[in-house]
Amino acid sequence: MVTMSYAEAGKQALADEMRRDPLVWAVGEDLGRGGVFGQYKGLVEEFGPDRISDAPISEAAIMGASVGAAMAGTRPVVEMRFADFALCAVDELVNQAAKARYMLGGQTKVPMVIREPMGMWRSSAAQHSQSLESWYTHIPGLTVAAPSTPADNFGLLKSAIRADDPVVYFEHKNLWGLEGEVDEAADPIPFGKARIEREGADITIVAWSAMVHFAREAVNTLAEEGISAELIDLRSLWPWDKDAVLASVGKTGRLIVTHESVSVGGFGAEIAATVSEALFGKLKAPVKRLAAPRIPISYAPPLEDEVRVSPARIAETARAMVSQ
Amino acid sequence: MEITPEKQREMLRLMQTIRRFEERASDDYVAGDIHGVVHCYIGEEAVAVGVCSALEREDRIISTHRGHGHCVAKGADLNRMMAELYGRETGYCKGKGGSMHIADFNIGMLGANGIVCGGLSIITGAGLAAQMEGKGGVAVCFFGDGASSAGPFHEAMNIAANWKLPVLYVVENNLWAMDTSAAEAVSVADIATRAAGYGIPGVIVDGNDVLEVHRVASEAVARARAGEGPTLIECKTYRHRRHTERPTQSDARPPEEIAAWMKKDPIDRLVAHLQGQQGQLNEAEWGAMNDEIMNEVERAVEFAKASAFPKPEAALDDVFAD
Ligand SMILES: Cc1ncc(C[n+]2csc(CCOP(=O)(O)OP(=O)(O)O)c2C)c(N)n1
Repeated sequence: MVTMSYAEAGKQALADEMRRDPLVWAVGEDLGRGGVFGQYKGLVEEFGPDRISDAPISEAAIMGASVGAAMAGTRPVVEMRFADFALCAVDELVNQAAKARYMLGGQTKVPMVIREPMGMWRSSAAQHSQSLESWYTHIPGLTVAAPSTPADNFGLLKSAIRADDPVVYFEHKNLWGLEGEVDEAADPIPFGKARIEREGADITIVAWSAMVHFAREAVNTLAEEGISAELIDLRSLWPWDKDAVLASVGKTGRLIVTHESVSVGGFGAEIAATVSEALFGKLKAPVKRLAAPRIPISYAPPLEDEVRVSPARIAETARAMVSQ
Repeated sequence: MEITPEKQREMLRLMQTIRRFEERASDDYVAGDIHGVVHCYIGEEAVAVGVCSALEREDRIISTHRGHGHCVAKGADLNRMMAELYGRETGYCKGKGGSMHIADFNIGMLGANGIVCGGLSIITGAGLAAQMEGKGGVAVCFFGDGASSAGPFHEAMNIAANWKLPVLYVVENNLWAMDTSAAEAVSVADIATRAAGYGIPGVIVDGNDVLEVHRVASEAVARARAGEGPTLIECKTYRHRRHTERPTQSDARPPEEIAAWMKKDPIDRLVAHLQGQQGQLNEAEWGAMNDEIMNEVERAVEFAKASAFPKPEAALDDVFAD
């Protein structure tokens, strides 16, 4: 075990995979200088500019060229820098990468990773703060992951690189500096396997990405009050670990799903619907979603805070549900 | 075309206002009073001022992430700009936008933009609207060398050329897009040469010479107003500062290159021009102009600080029409 940051864990995973497989390469803006968040620092020195490739500000061509390079047998890791900028390349991702295998009758595959740093990062405003993971869960053909810890970033990025289909990979901008223990010899973490962050009996809280940390704070507060909450970090949204969530809610009878992205049409809705379908008779309280209102994200701190779900709000909601 | 000494002094005043405003914005950003991110235009002031001084108030412009200069040059109010940087309800965007989104629709400033190349298509539509209005209006897009690599640049140029739209595409070639040099990222030495591919005029101008920029822009504006279509203008310039004012911001530019460009400072050049051959600005006048600008910036900061933060409920306003 070594201690490393979330950013270092991503870098280490990529470097390991590039050493293991010469077909893996990365492309994006300013990668040779280490990437905007330093998550590629030092890689060009080891792998050279052909494999740590600097591109102009041409997101659509970066994405599209990577689709072609993947079809032609390589394994690109595409850096989109901010999830917001990846929107300039959604056609190449959704109309091409996601569908190619199926639409072309299984003749080809598109093994690529699309890294999209997501989320609020103090006062970055409406075009630099979005969490759009739910969009991609809606698209057949895409795998979607959103790690919350250095160890998960390490293990999930390895799986994403080894996967034979496109993986949209959301790293949270507020987590880059987060430190944690990482087992460098560990196997990749399979998609669709949630992590039970905390076991509990009274209520289940499901989260992913940075929201796991807010939820953990809430769980700690609740524990002091004698409420035992189970916290599940989903880690990947497609595939998602239905079994773990259903088993947990089957036990606790109560569920909160919380995410940083907009509540309406968010992935929380999918989880809530699935739980209602499977466990209707066993629920002790209506399922609750805690997520952002359907408004763009503001610059001014007091407005930005309006879209954040706070640990206090999670705890308060859990308290009310348990006492129901 | 003669540019009167009064007009030249006004250009100088605007350029110096941009510089002082941003120096203060940077200080207050580092001090923690301004949030998010601040991109400074310092060093490139002659582009915004040279172009906007060739426009009328009714003409429309659109800007980039580095937008303060375009706002000031088009006539924006420093108080409301500073208040926006401070995230206050009196700011141009009521605190919702910040540095990267300042807009003033009363003066035809359609906004800074957080998406590189985001303005190219939008301004093309503003040009189309001006053509439909038939009053000789013009639309101007400012963008960087980096943006010229993005798809919308090419799509917009082709449409504007085909439809003979009254648009000026003004590329501020400051040689770098963050840490990527134009030499690495752009396939041609002069971005203006790309105009040939769309069958429109492409003009290269010394972007640190405000009088030259003004002259070239005026010609393009005249063509646009006469229904002769768009022009691509490449202004060769340089930013004096790093990509953003973040203390940890990297800078890949060679120190010799930075030093060489510092000597071509656009404000120093205009001052020397006015003081030299023309004798149109003595030291005392220049000092007084600067003091006045410093006071104006100070007042803007006071205005911002005296303004309230938006109320949390305001987060729900302006999502849709009422
Ligand atoms: C679509 C998109 N891609 C990437 C970015 C990140 N980014 C912001 S500014 C910038 C450099 C822009 O360079 P240029 O267009 O030359 O303008 P300059 O900063 O030099 O004024 C980059 C890559 C972005 N904001 N939007």
